[in-house]
Amino acid sequence: MAATKEEIVEGLAEIVNEIAGIPTEDVQLDKSFTDDLDVDSLSMVEVVVAAEERFGVKIPDDDVKNLKTVGDAVDYILNHQD
Amino acid sequence: MTAKIRPAKGAPYARILGVGGYRPTRVVPNEEILKHIDSSDEWIRSRSGITTRHWAGPEETVAEMTLAAAGKAIADAGITPEQIGAVVISTVSHFKQTPSIATEVAHRLGTGKAAAFDISAACAGFGYGLTIAKGLVVEGSAQYVLVVGVERLSDLTDLTDRTTAFLFGDGAGAVVVGPSEEPAIGPTVWGSEGDKADVISQTVPWDDYREGEVEKFPALRQEGQTVFRWAVFEMAKVAQQALEAAGLTSDDLDVFIPHQANMRIIDSMVKTLKLPEHVTVARDVETTGNTSAASIPLAMERLLATGQAKSGDTALVIGFGAGLVYAATVVTLP
Repeated sequence: MAATKEEIVEGLAEIVNEIAGIPTEDVQLDKSFTDDLDVDSLSMVEVVVAAEERFGVKIPDDDVKNLKTVGDAVDYILNHQD
Repeated sequence: MTAKIRPAKGAPYARILGVGGYRPTRVVPNEEILKHIDSSDEWIRSRSGITTRHWAGPEETVAEMTLAAAGKAIADAGITPEQIGAVVISTVSHFKQTPSIATEVAHRLGTGKAAAFDISAACAGFGYGLTIAKGLVVEGSAQYVLVVGVERLSDLTDLTDRTTAFLFGDGAGAVVVGPSEEPAIGPTVWGSEGDKADVISQTVPWDDYREGEVEKFPALRQEGQTVFRWAVFEMAKVAQQALEAAGLTSDDLDVFIPHQANMRIIDSMVKTLKLPEHVTVARDVETTGNTSAASIPLAMERLLATGQAKSGDTALVIGFGAGLVYAATVVTLP
């Protein structure tokens, strides 16, 4: 069953917390991964791979660079999950 | 009529008998790299874990660095150069293609007339060379094989490319592979993924110079995020397969020596592989940079020299790089 928007935000928050040590409550839709959450380009790859596993989506490298904010990632996952 | 051909008589198994390394004398700190790029020491450290690297001077040629490392490996193995039957050298930064650098090295070491050739397998070169050496020893075409990874990657570095200028280093790492009564080199899990040829490559081929179209010397370039994802997640699977092929689990390991590409890759691989706490992880990249084919034997030598690893330890080694190519196996340390 596909995850809801709330579930995706919650899941991403846990992933970002695990990889970058950012408190889950700071992971909000309008936050930029690099500017606000201290997720650099390499950590972003780890976030993406963890999100792929958790939500059953494929996020190719060419699309990763378009995911600037948490909201971008949530929308991408919502639109691409089975 | 079909005559019966007598095969060579090889050893039951092969093992690494000795290891040696050479690091150029000039140590280059991040501050020097920053003269040419808009970056910071903190940025370089956080993205790569690299603080210093060694860059070769004019006298520290590919041949001279190889001879220094090989001499140590031969002494460490307790053999003489005349006993070496084959010399296999992996390099992407020896700029005279013919003859191979291996023939010069075989001659100058005093091997007599050892078979000698270069291979091109980038950062997987050590694993490729080791696999060839193991085959030669067991099949019987050579009793002892010298395997060297040697690079002067500073010659292929674009000092103005802020994504790669800090990454590469120079050096040579060598091992001697010889006969063993016990298995001491596991099955190699190796391969290539030519569909990803553009992910890491030399900026321009040499023959573009003949047409006069190129002004800038070639350099290595890579797509960082793509390489990172492949190295961490795909190569962790390959490392796991090499362990399984050797009939082992990570609990059986003493040491993990991945290609020293980048500390972030090493740390993430360790996490993905869920290596137990007791496994010593090579982190030579911090002060050596990425030396491609030389990185695994250089890291191996340092772990043994500093007492972080000891002779007889079981080590998982994995190389991966431009091609893309990869090779992983489990070895008993010399």
